[in-house]
Amino acid sequence: MSAVRELASRAAAATPAAMATRVRGLSDRAIAWLFIAPTLVLLLAINIFPLIWTIRLSFTNFRANRPNANVLGVGIDNYVSVLTDPDVWQAMQATAHFLFWTIALQTLIGFALAYLIDRKFRGHGFWTTVILIPMMLSPAVVGNFWAFLYQPQIGLFNYAVSFLTGIPPSSFEMLGSVKLAPWSIIIVDTWMWTPYVMLICLAGLRSIPDYIYEAAEVDRASKWRQFWSITLPMVLPFIMLAILFRGIENFKMFDMVNLLTSGGPGSTTEVASITLKREAFEKWRTGYSSAFAIILFVAVFGLANIYVKALNAVKNR
Amino acid sequence: MKAIWKKLPALAAIAAAGVLGLGSTAAQAQGKTITLCWAAWDPANALVELSKDFTAKTKVNMKFEFVPWPNFADRMLNELNSKGKLCDLIIGDSQWIGGSAESGHYVKLNDFFAKEGIKMSDFMPATVLGYSEWPKGTPNYWALPAMGDALGWTYRKDWFAKPELRAEFKKLHNRELEAPKTWDEFKQVAEFFTGKQIDGKKVYGTYLFTERGSEGITMGVSNVLYPFGFKYEDPKKPYAMDGVVNSPDAVKGLEFYKSLYKCCTPPGLTNSYMGEGLDAFKSGQVAMMMNWFAFFPGLYKDPNVGGNKIGFFVNPAGPKGKGSQLGGQGISVVSYSPNRDEALAYIKWFASPDVQKKWWALGGYSCHKAVLQDPGFTKSAPFAAEFLTAMDQVVDFWAEPSYAQLLLSEQKWVHDYVVADKGTAKQALDGLLADWKKVFKEDGKIK
Repeated sequence: MSAVRELASRAAAATPAAMATRVRGLSDRAIAWLFIAPTLVLLLAINIFPLIWTIRLSFTNFRANRPNANVLGVGIDNYVSVLTDPDVWQAMQATAHFLFWTIALQTLIGFALAYLIDRKFRGHGFWTTVILIPMMLSPAVVGNFWAFLYQPQIGLFNYAVSFLTGIPPSSFEMLGSVKLAPWSIIIVDTWMWTPYVMLICLAGLRSIPDYIYEAAEVDRASKWRQFWSITLPMVLPFIMLAILFRGIENFKMFDMVNLLTSGGPGSTTEVASITLKREAFEKWRTGYSSAFAIILFVAVFGLANIYVKALNAVKNR
Repeated sequence: MKAIWKKLPALAAIAAAGVLGLGSTAAQAQGKTITLCWAAWDPANALVELSKDFTAKTKVNMKFEFVPWPNFADRMLNELNSKGKLCDLIIGDSQWIGGSAESGHYVKLNDFFAKEGIKMSDFMPATVLGYSEWPKGTPNYWALPAMGDALGWTYRKDWFAKPELRAEFKKLHNRELEAPKTWDEFKQVAEFFTGKQIDGKKVYGTYLFTERGSEGITMGVSNVLYPFGFKYEDPKKPYAMDGVVNSPDAVKGLEFYKSLYKCCTPPGLTNSYMGEGLDAFKSGQVAMMMNWFAFFPGLYKDPNVGGNKIGFFVNPAGPKGKGSQLGGQGISVVSYSPNRDEALAYIKWFASPDVQKKWWALGGYSCHKAVLQDPGFTKSAPFAAEFLTAMDQVVDFWAEPSYAQLLLSEQKWVHDYVVADKGTAKQALDGLLADWKKVFKEDGKIK
């Protein structure tokens, strides 16, 4: 709360004197509170209150589809159930697989593209725009048209693979095969979000002053040495930031998976958010799903905090 | 500024009074409007047409809220659970009846039926049991049977009539190439068509439901499990499921469904339900298609595959008899509706035999005996006789308040086995049984 008071004091200090005279009877501090209050109320209403409510529900047997049933406290039973549920662990494994590969591929390809785009060449503005198109599309559109592309009989993807490898196009199913379905989602997410990583990396590359490279040239450092000793260390905070953004985003990935596979075949691509949605809004196990949501929140919050500390350490190096 | 602050309450009051005044005047001018919620599909369009008569008769305007099937349950159950006032009337899925009755979402209709002389004995018994009663088998009515439906089959009559194919089939199986009556015959026909070149295109034997997200694969699998002898519980001992759900007959049925899926369905249909089936059939990909009877009037009118090119048959019999998955819905009055009287008036109007006859004529499936037992009914449409047969052998999924948990467990286990090749049929049904027992234990139905 002291931070809020501080904010109010700063806002009050910044309030023009004329304003204070116009609204007579109200102190500068009161006016400042008046301006901050709507935001605070909104924040409390849509963020803090639901969080506290979810924590409360996670210790009960409440089901949203049975409003007339008795709501009983169940202690930490929901948390124990979530942590001992093999389906939850399977979903966490699927999430970890998806997270690892999408981040690895997007970082590698995104950085490589940024490195190429950073070299000035003819038409680089045009190609930058072309590369950025996928991230501007709606996930619903992307999910639907990739579902068509992956169609084994008429899909362009299978025909492209067939053209390159000679494998008959109808002989494999990207979305229907247990082995290929996780990769089909990774491919789509990488296609869509690599440009985003590229943009952040490009900002990092362009922030490196030219004189550092000129000094390295004078010292006769090779291009390879320049890359390892100048480019990569200076871009690293940007790459880490991109990884943080993509990590948080992909941890809660729902739309693309839902559109492409609905978690199938079987439960192969059922990531944590799909499991959570099924428990909360299809099975209506509100208490259980609240506990699951809190566990996910703590995990993401904890990991993100550790990561941000590491990011700050890299920045301050 | 201060003056404005002081006058603000008065200004707000004037503005509010103005808005309210204008609002009520508008409402009076337009008359009452009630909203009917249902799924977005062919029969819903027929209901819009039919309901014009209700508006003409009562001056009550009708508004419709139709939601596509994949989101229908999510959207509508959210609405009911939040005690929303969007729907005055709802045509909810048959499985919702237990939960909606126990949670107080639906108005109990017994007194209303008694007062208005609406008799449940005027409707097909299977539809009353499936769409209206909770608890099942008791005279407690929460809906009026509105849209009878079951899973049935369509086939390409024109392909079955090709002389060269008929000759080839007869040589192979020593019988005529006809719509199959048993599952063994079905598999022979499906295998026969798979891989054939017809009209310059490679075709497949059949289309089956495989959808993972909502209810698709469970509905499809059940259609095979019932004739193979699957039961939800011991008929003599409610909720006793050991050795029933995972009986050897049920295992055989599940294995059979998988064998059909593997041998005879087009590639890529690993997460497919009604819409994908219609696409596969209309595009000439499959010889036979599993789907709900509700779609058959539309298919019959289709310029490419309808008319003389299409035939219909009821779910084939299995080693343990007959059975079809029940679809369809009843119409209920939502408890939170502020227009209960108008909603009940709609039900009264809808229950009348004349309206039911028009409902069938427009493409809806009436459950009223005045329609179904009419001597001309079986000849009134090419699928009418099959529909009657199907409605005589329907079985429904659990309609318990926990139906969604039970359904999603089955979705997971059968999709894992049939599509993802995980484990055996026995393991899938054992896993399903364990999940179902857990749900009923949580509900206090078993110890």
